[in-house]
Amino acid sequence: MKLMRSEILYFALRNNKLRVGLTIILFFLVLTFVGPMLTHYDPYDYVNPNGAQPPSSEYWFGTTMFGQDVFTQFIHGLKATFLVGVVGGGLGTLIGILVGFTAGYRGGIFDEILNMLTNVVLVIPTLAILLIIAAYLEVRGILTESIFIGCTAWPWAARAIRAQTFSLRSREFVDLARLSGMKPRKIIFTEIAPNMMSYLLLVFILQFGGAVLAAATLDFIGLGPTNAISLGLMMNYAVLWGALLLGMWWWFIPPGVAITAIVGALYVANVGLDEVFNPKLREM
Amino acid sequence: MSLQVENLTVYYQTLRGDVQALESATFTVADGEIMGLAGESGCGKTTLAHSLIRLTPPMRFVEGRVELDDEELPVWDMERMNDFRFKKISIIPQYAMNAMNPTRKIGKMTSELLESRKVDFKATLPELKRRLNLVELSHDVLNMYPIELSGGMKQRMVMVLSTLMNPSLLIADEVTSALDVSSQKAVVEMLVGFRDRGFVKSLIVITHDISILYQIADSIMIMYAGQLAEKASTEVIIHAPRHPYTKLLIASLPKVGVKYSEKRLTGIPGSPPLLLDPPIGCRFRERCPVAFEKCLDVPPFIEIEKDHFVACWKEFEKNAQA
Amino acid sequence: MLRLDGVSKVYRVGTFGGKELHAVSNVSFDVKDGEVVSLIGESGSGKTTIGKMILRLLSITSGTISFNGVDISTLEGGELKEYYRKVQGVFQDPFSSYNPIFKADRVFRIIREEFFPGINSREWNTKVESTLRAVGLNPDDVLNKFPHQLSGGQLQRFLIARALLLDIQFLVADEIISMLDASRRIDVLNLLADLKSRGLSILFITHDLSLGYYISERAVILYRGCVVEMGSTEKIYYNPLHPYTKMLMASVPRLDKKWEEVEVELRAMEAELSSGCVYYERCPVADKDGGCARDRPTLLEAESDHFVACIRYAEERPPLYKAS
Repeated sequence: MKLMRSEILYFALRNNKLRVGLTIILFFLVLTFVGPMLTHYDPYDYVNPNGAQPPSSEYWFGTTMFGQDVFTQFIHGLKATFLVGVVGGGLGTLIGILVGFTAGYRGGIFDEILNMLTNVVLVIPTLAILLIIAAYLEVRGILTESIFIGCTAWPWAARAIRAQTFSLRSREFVDLARLSGMKPRKIIFTEIAPNMMSYLLLVFILQFGGAVLAAATLDFIGLGPTNAISLGLMMNYAVLWGALLLGMWWWFIPPGVAITAIVGALYVANVGLDEVFNPKLREM
Repeated sequence: MSLQVENLTVYYQTLRGDVQALESATFTVADGEIMGLAGESGCGKTTLAHSLIRLTPPMRFVEGRVELDDEELPVWDMERMNDFRFKKISIIPQYAMNAMNPTRKIGKMTSELLESRKVDFKATLPELKRRLNLVELSHDVLNMYPIELSGGMKQRMVMVLSTLMNPSLLIADEVTSALDVSSQKAVVEMLVGFRDRGFVKSLIVITHDISILYQIADSIMIMYAGQLAEKASTEVIIHAPRHPYTKLLIASLPKVGVKYSEKRLTGIPGSPPLLLDPPIGCRFRERCPVAFEKCLDVPPFIEIEKDHFVACWKEFEKNAQA
Repeated sequence: MLRLDGVSKVYRVGTFGGKELHAVSNVSFDVKDGEVVSLIGESGSGKTTIGKMILRLLSITSGTISFNGVDISTLEGGELKEYYRKVQGVFQDPFSSYNPIFKADRVFRIIREEFFPGINSREWNTKVESTLRAVGLNPDDVLNKFPHQLSGGQLQRFLIARALLLDIQFLVADEIISMLDASRRIDVLNLLADLKSRGLSILFITHDLSLGYYISERAVILYRGCVVEMGSTEKIYYNPLHPYTKMLMASVPRLDKKWEEVEVELRAMEAELSSGCVYYERCPVADKDGGCARDRPTLLEAESDHFVACIRYAEERPPLYKAS
């Protein structure tokens, strides 16, 4: 096993897709934490009395039509993006794991009911629900948004985990654990889950990317948080105030590039990880 | 002489070095001979089979010479082997019956296979049908998907396909291990039938089940840890083996009519060596009850009686005394 | 000790579960104290299903399995755990019996956690080591290793040791040597035989007749979930009665006899044993309820100068003379 682990590390370090993906993510992550130290404004402060201005040494990414600093907004937006990714993606993965494990291991009537639930959530029009929620909640924070995303994104994770559990469950070591009088929950978490760690990591990464993308979409169409800034919201404002028409490219390019880069890097890293864990895909 | 293998050595490349899976194999298979190849898992029997027909990485050709019908086989050259593969030498790989493309009808798959070998499917069709009759498969199978066939039917289909070009040598790799006893019997009897009808000139049947070889093989070759141990006619291997490994192996097999309470069989103590860094000399040395200092050298594979080859210093001594 | 009474396992298959698949139908047999019973059948015969039902890994559709007089399907919670203290199983694939990411001796630790929570470490280690020695393993060689570092034979002995840590009375051994190397098989088989002589009852599930013969007193032959023949191993082997058993005997590759010899023998035995018409087995028009199976027909003159030994012509003319 030790050998296997070092082999995985060996291939992980040599995998270019993984290296590129992780470097990009790491770059934005560092920026999120270091960024606030580089700026002394708040995202909604009107700092430039002249309104819109292209990037300069004073305002690195330029300013918006109202004179807000784009760089400051960008840094805070990044934080929101990572928060949505971790909370939304994490919640989606967690629900997916719980539902998937229970349905896959218990089978029978549990499986039927959970499967039905999964399918129902899968076909619910997310947007319609969000419109309703938006109508009732005056103030929506990043956290609310993340939780909403997590609660609607889990079904496919649950399905995938259920299928994996199903195949692991019929393995003989699970039978032996049952013959040892182990309780189902213990079997799931000490026998089955450890075998799926690499898979669960992949699921989390995909959920993370999905959540970031979903948040950007929601923000962009104006259903995002009302009391915070995010990359999606930045683009939303930019479009609302005609940045596209007026050629204020510095307003929408940074958030657009960042979202694309983060989500793209996550997917590239995911493919890389897949190759590392699955020897059949390794490029020799 | 149908197949002549000299000094064939093939290693597997791994991150931790070469696995010495096949070491200096020298043997012949005569025209019309069904040679059984037996040994424990990891003894190199599948490596030997693949070396003769499809030597792909991570396998690495080290040295050796292979002749089929007095013509040298370029086993180290995948490209040039294309001229021989399937036409002169063919294989029924392990698990072949589960490797058929599930989305292709069998007939379509067959025609694609033949065309990739530049053989005209239409012209071959009558012969194909005739052979399907022989293995008691209806012609309808050509219009079926693999999933519609039972295990035994798939195995028979694969057998017909791999012998369609009347190859000189057919290698059957563990073709019976996934089958029920009744289908096992049918399948191996068909193999014999193919030989008798001249569809194949000679056969190498690889299995871990020696009792199947006893039923159909003319000769049996035993391998141990990448080295050839013994080759002789079936009767001799079963009833009068000379190599200590063969002796112990045959003696450890339960037979119908043997009960532990009356006759307790014994196994071979110890376990096969790792081939990443195999012991020097005879690789069976550590488990061998009669090993002595000479065994630190690799014993050659020598014909001690007519058609009886053994690689054991002790037996050479006995033979010299007699 | 263990008794199966009309046990069936039915799966619902098809789109709406409309079809029934009878994996096991109405199987009854028993295993006595200190006895080895072989359950012999080909793949799909339901032999593994029966093993799993005995181990409560699968539910029983109908019928009862009782252990020392107690219906095992009624066991719950603590009672089930006590059952597992006495009844254990070892499966076919030694490698998939271990969780590949943990060390192999974890199977012992689980037993300790679940069954011996109070025991102190030194006492437990002594117990593990003496059990390992009892199954012919050197504890220093095998403890603290990952499954892939051990051979199939060692892994199977490990699992037998795991069962022996409990006070087991009954072991379900499901094809436990079919994936082992030929040179190792006999050792594991001998180990089972030794355990039996110490009073353990074993259900030995196999497809290999010679293994069944080597180790068991009684054999149960299964075909498509039904018992077609059972009884003393010798009697079944030397005098198989059911056509399926005969076919099995004729197709199993043996080291002592070739297929042709076995077939000739079986045919000779048949002719000798059956009192009915010699052609009965293969006759397309045989009268099953009538005399064909019971009486050997005598040679009759069906028409002038034309004799036949078939019961179908018996009514019409009286026999001219009896065939000797």
